[in-house]
Amino acid sequence: MNRWTFGQAAKTRTRFRLGLNRAMRALFFLAALFALIVLAVLIGQIAVKSVGWLDWQFLTGRLSVNPHRAGILGAITGTFLLMLVVAPATMILGISTAIWLEEYAPKGRLKSLIETNISNLAGVPSVIFGLLGLAVFSRAFGLGSSILAGGLTLSLLVLPIVVVSSQEAIRAVPWHLREASYGMGATRWQTIWRVVLPAAMPGIMTGFVLAISRAIGETAPLVVLGIPVLIMPIPDSLMDDFTALPVQIYYWTLDAVLTPEYANLAAASIIVLLALLFVLNAAAIWIRNRFQRRY
Amino acid sequence: MTGMTWIRQNISWRCGKTVMLETNTVIRAEGLNVWYGDEQALSDIRMDIAEHEVTAIIGPSGCGKSTFIKTLNRMVELSGNVHISGEILFRGQNIFHKSYGVEELRTKIGMVFQKANPFPKSIYENVAFGPRIHGIRKKALLDDIVEKSLRAAALWDEVKDRLHANAWGLSGGQQQRLCIARTLAIEPEVILMDEPTSALDPISTMKIEELVSELKKEYTIVIVTHNMQQAARISDKTAFFLGGRLEEYGRTSDMFSNPVSRRTEEYISGRFG
Repeated sequence: MNRWTFGQAAKTRTRFRLGLNRAMRALFFLAALFALIVLAVLIGQIAVKSVGWLDWQFLTGRLSVNPHRAGILGAITGTFLLMLVVAPATMILGISTAIWLEEYAPKGRLKSLIETNISNLAGVPSVIFGLLGLAVFSRAFGLGSSILAGGLTLSLLVLPIVVVSSQEAIRAVPWHLREASYGMGATRWQTIWRVVLPAAMPGIMTGFVLAISRAIGETAPLVVLGIPVLIMPIPDSLMDDFTALPVQIYYWTLDAVLTPEYANLAAASIIVLLALLFVLNAAAIWIRNRFQRRY
Repeated sequence: MTGMTWIRQNISWRCGKTVMLETNTVIRAEGLNVWYGDEQALSDIRMDIAEHEVTAIIGPSGCGKSTFIKTLNRMVELSGNVHISGEILFRGQNIFHKSYGVEELRTKIGMVFQKANPFPKSIYENVAFGPRIHGIRKKALLDDIVEKSLRAAALWDEVKDRLHANAWGLSGGQQQRLCIARTLAIEPEVILMDEPTSALDPISTMKIEELVSELKKEYTIVIVTHNMQQAARISDKTAFFLGGRLEEYGRTSDMFSNPVSRRTEEYISGRFG
C-alpha cells in the first residue's frame, strides 16, 4: 500500500498548497504597494499643482489676498513657535507621567484608572480638544487665540501618544539593570535618571516624534480656538495671534472656490509641511541613533 | 531543623563553645521570617556570618537561599508584596529599623547577581557608576577607583586598553568580573553573590572562584551556589537551606565530611535536589 504522501490526490494537493503560497505572497505585496501608490498619487498631484508657486518669494513673503504675492513666512513661523510650546510641554508632562506610572505607582485602582483614561484620551476627536482648549486656555486662563493657547491645546491632544510609548519603552528596560543600580545603594531617582531613562530614550524619542508629527499637522483644534483667517504680521512672541501651516492650508482650500489660485498656494504649503515633517523625523532618528551609539 | 542541629546552633550562641559563635560576627539573622504574599519563603532563620570568611549557601531550588541572601541587603523588598519579621543585625544594628537607610545598607553590603548585568555603558562608566551615585565627581579619583576595582576583580589587564568600549562586548565571564569590580568600587564590607557562576563556562567559573578566595582577605563574602563542589572548594562555612529553613550550618569541612542531618547528607551526596 502506498503511503498517503504519494499518490495522485496528494500530488494535486501539493500543487494547490504551493499555488496558495504564491498567491498569498502576491496578495500581501499588493496590499503593501497600495499605500505606496496612494501616497505617490497624492504627492504627485500636489507637486504638479505647486509647480511655479513654490518659490523663494512664497516661502519668505507675508500673507496677501493677492495669490501671486502671498507668502507663508507667517504660517511657518507660527508652526515653528507652536512646536516650541508643544515639544517641551509634551515631553516633560508625558515622560513624567510615564515614569510615575511605571516606576512609582503602586499596582491598584488609581493606576489602572489613570491608564484607562489616558487610552481613552487618545481616542477623543481632536475637535473636542479644541473645545477644551477654548474653554480652559483661551477663556479661563485668558490666553485668547495665542500661540501659547494653541500649543498647550495641541500638547494635551498628543500627550497620550507620548505617555503610552514612553511607558512601553520604560517597561522594556530589563529589571536586572534596575537591580544592579539599587544594589549599589542608588536611590530610585538615581536609578531612573542614570539607568532607566538612558536605556528607554530611543523608544521615548520614537513616540515623541510621532506625537510632534501629529501635532504639526493638526487643524481642527486650532480652528476651534478661533485662529484668525488673515494674519499679516509675523508673530514674534508666544502671546501673539498666529496662523499655522495646516490652518493656512485649510483656509486656502476653502477659498479656492472663489479664487482658484488658492488651491495652488495650498498645494505649495502642503509640500512645505511635508518637508518640515521629513526634517523632523530625520532629526529624531539622528538623535535616537546618537543615544544608541552611546550605550 | 533536626534536633541535633538546633542544639548545635543554640549551644553555639549561648555558650560560645563551638565554631558557630565567632567574635567577628558581621551579620546575624535572628528569628527571620520572610513571606511572599501568603507564601512563607523563610522560617525562623538564625545564622551568624563571620568576617573575612566565605559563607556558602546551598540547597535545592525553592529552598529560600536566594531569598535569604536578598534579604541581607533588603533587595528582596523590591519584589513587592514581601513581608518580613525578625531581625538582621549588621554590625549590631537592625537593618530593618526605620532609621537604617536602605541605600546606606546596600552601600555596605554589595551584591553580584546570577546573570551578569552590566549597564549598556562603557567598562569605565560601569565601574564608575557606584562612586558617581555616591557623589564622587573628580576625574582623577574616579580613574583611580576604576583601576583599583578592575585590578581587584582581576580584569584590569584584559580591559585596560578598551576602558571606553561598551561593556556588553565582553564575554560572559568578563562581564561577571566587571560586575564584581563595579561592586568593589563602592567599597562594601560584605559582598553577596547570588549564584554568580551558574551561567558561566568552567574556566570563567574557575577564575571567579579564585577571585572569591582572594577577595575574602578584604571582604566578607556570602555566596549562593547550586554547585556543591563549588561550596566545598571555596567556602569556610556552609549553610544548607531546605524548605525555607536552615537545616544545617557549620564549617564546610565538617559538613561535607560529617553532616549532622540525614537530609544534608542526602543532599550533598546528590540523592535529591
